[in-house]
Amino acid sequence: MSAPSEVPDRPVALVVRIAAMQPFTIHTGRFIALDRANIDTDAIIPARFLKKIERTGFGELLFMDLRRRDGQLDPAFPLNRPEAAEASILVARQNFGCGSSREHAVWAIQQAGFRAVVAPRVGDTPAFADIFRTNSYKNGLLPVEVSEPFARRLLAAGTGQLTIDLNQQRLTAHLPDGDFAEPFSIPEGTRRMLLEGLDEIGLTLRHEADIAAYEARHPDLAPVESPAP
Amino acid sequence: MGQTLYDKIWHAHTVAQLPTGETLLYIDRHLIHEVTSAQAFDGLRLAGRRVRRPDLTFATADHNVPTDPDRLAVKDALSRAQIDTLQRNCAEFGITYYGLDSRRQGIVHVIGPELGLTLPGQTIVCGDSHTSTHGAFGSLAFGIGTSEVEHVLATQTLRVTRSRTFAVEINGQLARGVTPKDVILRIIRDIGTGGATGHVIEYRGSLIRSLGMSGRMTICNMSIEAGARAGLIAPDDTTFAYVAEGNRPFAPKGRSLAAAMERWRGLASDADAVFDRTYTLDVSTLAPQVTWGTTPAMATDVTGHVPEPDQVPFVNPVDVERALTYMGLKPGQAIQDIPIDVVFIGSCTNSRIEDLRAAAAVLRGKRVAPHVRVLVVPGSQQVREQAEAEGLDRIFLAAGAEWRQAGCSMCLGMNPDQLRPQQRSASTSNRNFEGRQGVGGRTHLVSPAMAAAAAIAGHFVDVRTFGGA
Ligand code: SF4
Repeated sequence: MSAPSEVPDRPVALVVRIAAMQPFTIHTGRFIALDRANIDTDAIIPARFLKKIERTGFGELLFMDLRRRDGQLDPAFPLNRPEAAEASILVARQNFGCGSSREHAVWAIQQAGFRAVVAPRVGDTPAFADIFRTNSYKNGLLPVEVSEPFARRLLAAGTGQLTIDLNQQRLTAHLPDGDFAEPFSIPEGTRRMLLEGLDEIGLTLRHEADIAAYEARHPDLAPVESPAP
Repeated sequence: MGQTLYDKIWHAHTVAQLPTGETLLYIDRHLIHEVTSAQAFDGLRLAGRRVRRPDLTFATADHNVPTDPDRLAVKDALSRAQIDTLQRNCAEFGITYYGLDSRRQGIVHVIGPELGLTLPGQTIVCGDSHTSTHGAFGSLAFGIGTSEVEHVLATQTLRVTRSRTFAVEINGQLARGVTPKDVILRIIRDIGTGGATGHVIEYRGSLIRSLGMSGRMTICNMSIEAGARAGLIAPDDTTFAYVAEGNRPFAPKGRSLAAAMERWRGLASDADAVFDRTYTLDVSTLAPQVTWGTTPAMATDVTGHVPEPDQVPFVNPVDVERALTYMGLKPGQAIQDIPIDVVFIGSCTNSRIEDLRAAAAVLRGKRVAPHVRVLVVPGSQQVREQAEAEGLDRIFLAAGAEWRQAGCSMCLGMNPDQLRPQQRSASTSNRNFEGRQGVGGRTHLVSPAMAAAAAIAGHFVDVRTFGGA
C-alpha cells in the first residue's frame, strides 16, 4: 500500500497517450482491474467536462471524480496505482458504459492509453451497454465480453498481462499462477472493420444508389411547416 | 409467424443489407443538440462531406443552457462556445435551429413531439440516450454516439444490428397519486439496469392504453435505464389525437393526416408475433417509488426502508454498500425519514405540462419547507407559456419554488443548476448516478407529485395519503 505522498499530483495513467485511430489486430499489454459493476458514463467522464468542442483532451479527465477523495487523489483507487501508468487494458464488471450516449466516454478511455475493455456477462446482463459498445467499435476501442469465472480471476489478480488476439478471437491472461485463455466473439462485420480500420461513412456512401432509391420511394419524408394556428 | 411492431418499422426503413451483417436503415428524423454534435460537424468538414438531408435534421440547445431569467447572456465561456458552435454549424449546413431566443427552444425530447416532428412509424435518432422517449408514438427512436451522428448527417442512414424484442405488459389501474414514473421505476427495479440490454422493449397492456402521451413518454424515456436500445408503444387514438392537436406546426394536416392515420393503424405487433422475452406487471397495488441508491434500479416503495446490502437483486453487496456510503444512508432507515435539501421538477422524463400540473396540484396553497430549495423547470418554452397561461407559475412561486426557463437544468451537472457536495435531492429526472446532478450530490428519483410533496414536508412522504395529489 503506497502512502498518499507517493502518489504523483498528476494521475499517472493520465499521461495522455493518444491512440490514433489504429487498426486492432493483436495486442499484449498490462490490465488494471476496476472491481465495479454498472460503471456509468457519468463516472467515466462527468458531464461538466463535455463542453469541449474538440475530440481530444479527455484522457486526463477519465474517472475524474472516482479518482479523488476529499479533493486528493485516492491511492486506493486502482487507476491511481503505479502499475496503472502502463496499463492498456481496463477490466471491470458487467453493464460497463451504461447511461448516456456520450462518445466522450470512449475518447477518454482511449486517450488515457487503453486499447480494450474487458468485462463479463452476468446472467441476463451483458458486459457492455449497447451505445457504449457501438461507440467503442467506431473508435477502435475493443470491448471484450468474457465469462464470469474468467473475469473473476482477472479481478482477483488486480493487474497482470493480457493478450487479445482479434484474428483468433482469443484472450489469454498471463498471471503468476500460469496462463489461461478463453475465446470471445465480435460480430464478423465489426471485426473486419476493426482489423482494417475502415472509414464506415465512405463504405456507406457506396450505397448511394440504394439510398437515393429509398428516397425516391418516399417523396414526403420532409416535414412541411404549417402556418401558426 | 407474425411480425412485431419493431419488425415492421425495421423492414419499412431498410435501405440495404450490408455484407457485414448489419442493416442500413433510413433515418426519418435526426435531432441534434449542442453537446454531441460539434465533433461530428468537424468530421464532415474534414472529409469535405455535406449534410445529406438538412430538411430532416433539427437542432436545439438544451444541456448546457442556463435556466435563469437572463440566460441569453450565457456566462460560462465554454458553454457559450458550444452553443455558438451549434448555431454556426446549423447555419453553415442549412439546418433548422431553435436557439435560446426561440419560442420553440427546449429539451430536444420535449420539443420533437410538441412540434409534430415526432410521428408514428418513423425512425428517429439523436446523440442522446433518452431518444427512447419518442418511442411513445410508435416510432423506433434511439440514442447514438457522435460518430454515428456524423454518419447520419452524411448519409441519412445508420448501420444497425437488429436488437432482440422484449414485451413488457402492464395491466391494472394506478391508485391515486401513483404515476407512470412509478411504473417505470418499478419495472427497472424488477428487471435490473442491464436487464433489457440488447433489446427493444414494447410496452403493452391495459395500463398503457389508458395513459395519455405524456405518461407514455415518461415510460419510454427511461427504457434506456434498463439498458434497452429503445422503447415502443403501438400508436392508437390517443396518439392520433395528440398529433392532430392544432399547435403542431410540422405534423401532417387535413387529408394528408387522414391518409397517414390509415397507415399508422397498421403499426401494431401481430397477434401471433413472438417476442424474445416477456415480462408482466400488474400495477393495481403499486406504491410510489423512491430510489435510495446510485442506479435507477435501486428503488423501493415510499413506505419501505433502505435495504440490507445482501437483499438487493442483481447487485453485489459490495456495490450496495458503496452506493449507501455515497448516499449517506444506512440499511433499515425508513424512506420517509430521509430529509431533503433540493427538489428538482423537470427533465425530459417529467417536464411536460401534465407533470407541472401534477406538481402544482400538490403545491397549491402550500409552502415548501424553509430549508428546501425547489426548482421547477419546464421542458420547453412552449410548456412554460402554457403553464403560465394556466397560472401554474403563480402556484409555484407562491409556494416558494423557483420558476425557471426551459432546459435540462439539474438533470445533469453541466449547466449552472447543480447540487453541491452531499446535498440531497428529490428529483423527477432519470439518473441517480454518482455525481450526475453535481459532484458529490445525492439524488433520489421520484414522480412530480412525490417531489412536490417532499418539498412541502422536507422529507419523503407518501403522496397517496398526503393530500392534494
Ligand atoms: S433532461 Fe436530462 S436526460 Fe433529458 S436530454 Fe437533458 S440531460 Fe439528457
